[in-house]
Amino acid sequence: MILVEDVSFEYPSGRGEALSGVSVKFEPGEFVAVMGENGAGKTTLAKHLNGLLRPSSGRVLVDEEDTRRTSVARLARKVGLVFQNPDHLLFSETVRAEVAFALHNLGYAGKTIENQVEKTLGSLDLTRYADVSPFLLSGGERKRVALAAVLAWEPEYLILDEPTIGQDYLQKERLRNFIVQLNSQGKAVIIITHDVEFVAEAKPRVVLLSKGRVVGEGPADRVLSDADKVASASLVKPQIAKLFDQLSRFGFPRDVVDVHRAKQLLEDRLREVSVHV
Amino acid sequence: MDPSKTPNRILEARNLGFQYEGAEARALRGVNFCVERGEFVLLAGPSGCGKTTLCRCLNGLIPHFYPGVQEGEILVDGSNVTSMPTSEVSRKVGYVFQNPENQLFALTVEKDVAFGPENLGLPRSEIRERVDWAMGITGTTELKNLAPYELSGGQQQRVALAGILAMKPSVVVMDEPTSFLDPVTAEEVMKAVADLRLEHGITVIVVEHRLDLVCRYADRIIVMDSGKVVADGSVQDVLDGQFDQLTGLGVGVPRVSQLWAMLKRDGLVSGQTPKVVEAAAEKLGGKLST
Repeated sequence: MILVEDVSFEYPSGRGEALSGVSVKFEPGEFVAVMGENGAGKTTLAKHLNGLLRPSSGRVLVDEEDTRRTSVARLARKVGLVFQNPDHLLFSETVRAEVAFALHNLGYAGKTIENQVEKTLGSLDLTRYADVSPFLLSGGERKRVALAAVLAWEPEYLILDEPTIGQDYLQKERLRNFIVQLNSQGKAVIIITHDVEFVAEAKPRVVLLSKGRVVGEGPADRVLSDADKVASASLVKPQIAKLFDQLSRFGFPRDVVDVHRAKQLLEDRLREVSVHV
Repeated sequence: MDPSKTPNRILEARNLGFQYEGAEARALRGVNFCVERGEFVLLAGPSGCGKTTLCRCLNGLIPHFYPGVQEGEILVDGSNVTSMPTSEVSRKVGYVFQNPENQLFALTVEKDVAFGPENLGLPRSEIRERVDWAMGITGTTELKNLAPYELSGGQQQRVALAGILAMKPSVVVMDEPTSFLDPVTAEEVMKAVADLRLEHGITVIVVEHRLDLVCRYADRIIVMDSGKVVADGSVQDVLDGQFDQLTGLGVGVPRVSQLWAMLKRDGLVSGQTPKVVEAAAEKLGGKLST
């Protein structure tokens, strides 16, 4: 479990606290989305989870180890962080070498590295690019290579900063299935995102951050259909939630955020209507 | 077709193809389309389908900057991009990169936004006016003394847009311009661009995976797959006629349109696919009150 306890943080450059008294916990096998406006402190929080940043006050415990007393190298085995911008990470000549890089550093044997690389490339639909330079790939593809490079060493906690940017709908579906699979292996996946439509369908637990503070927490359908909570973090409701706001005058619930539940609810009612006509 | 006889045509691709140096396949193949002055075009398609490559052709980065083999031609305002110097193309076509970090380099936001107009050799007062206007419209005025690298991804994206708008180009090409923005800011930026287009007649080309953000403003959608154009028409017609193809390609159709398509498949609704929430609410409301 990662425990964030009353953490405040201020960057040396000043401009006030980026995090103010944040307390939140992430359990093994859990899927969590940290959402909030630009500059809310989401990435700052993420960098605290693997020790890249250390709290000005409060503490972060990763499986009971205090990040202030542990090296980033040690934490990295457990907590993998995939940056928002893949170009901050990528530098190798081929996609395969990129994905193998960290495995070499962590001291795995040649055969294990080979297997891990092939498995990871396959699961992210990247096998056909194994021998291509990452810089010849599209923005969305580079993003998946950066993810593969971290996933390859199978960290217990995986933090993805804006994983859906530049991904088309099918890739997002793949990502979702992939996260479910990781969860079922007991791995925690924490995504940082503004993609309300992705969250509405994938239904992680949501932690809302605004101006460095936690302003809401709960299941995706409850949080994303709550107008005040959503507005407090500069988000907008998912389309389906907006639709069901307007359909609530027909007795529909308002906490509907995804297309499948929407269809179920509407289907029955529309059938009744057409029978009467 | 002589482009001089069609003064309203701002962009035209004729059998355009491109293969990056070192790549095994062509990124663009036989692309044909025309864009009229003042159109708002949404460019969609799966990740890696050639959208960004097409954008690079529109502003001359291809072939001037990215080496490779080009076929066919691309005309901006009747002139061939390939034979125009990049400086001239960039006056006409402003390009907001997918990754704002690749675009920003000055020491402060204000200097970055001023860079384009300064290079156009405009008088000082005109530069001042344009910079203030562009920062105002993108909500970056309060960031003006900060260094671009200090900003969040979303703030950088708005600064990059301000720098392009300050050039007052005839065409603005935006490659996923809101990807790093939170939803409220994304809607504001998209609305600002749509207003600019209406007020100043700017032609807008937006690459976007999420149709819900752009559907309200775009009058046309061009869909690409494997380097080719596979659909081109009004957003309404393409949603009505090629819905399954769109979803098959991974285009993020608006959720209300998707819901409608699912209900339609079961014979529970009929007629035009709603593009926006209000239209869906009205249509479903009508059905439910009968």
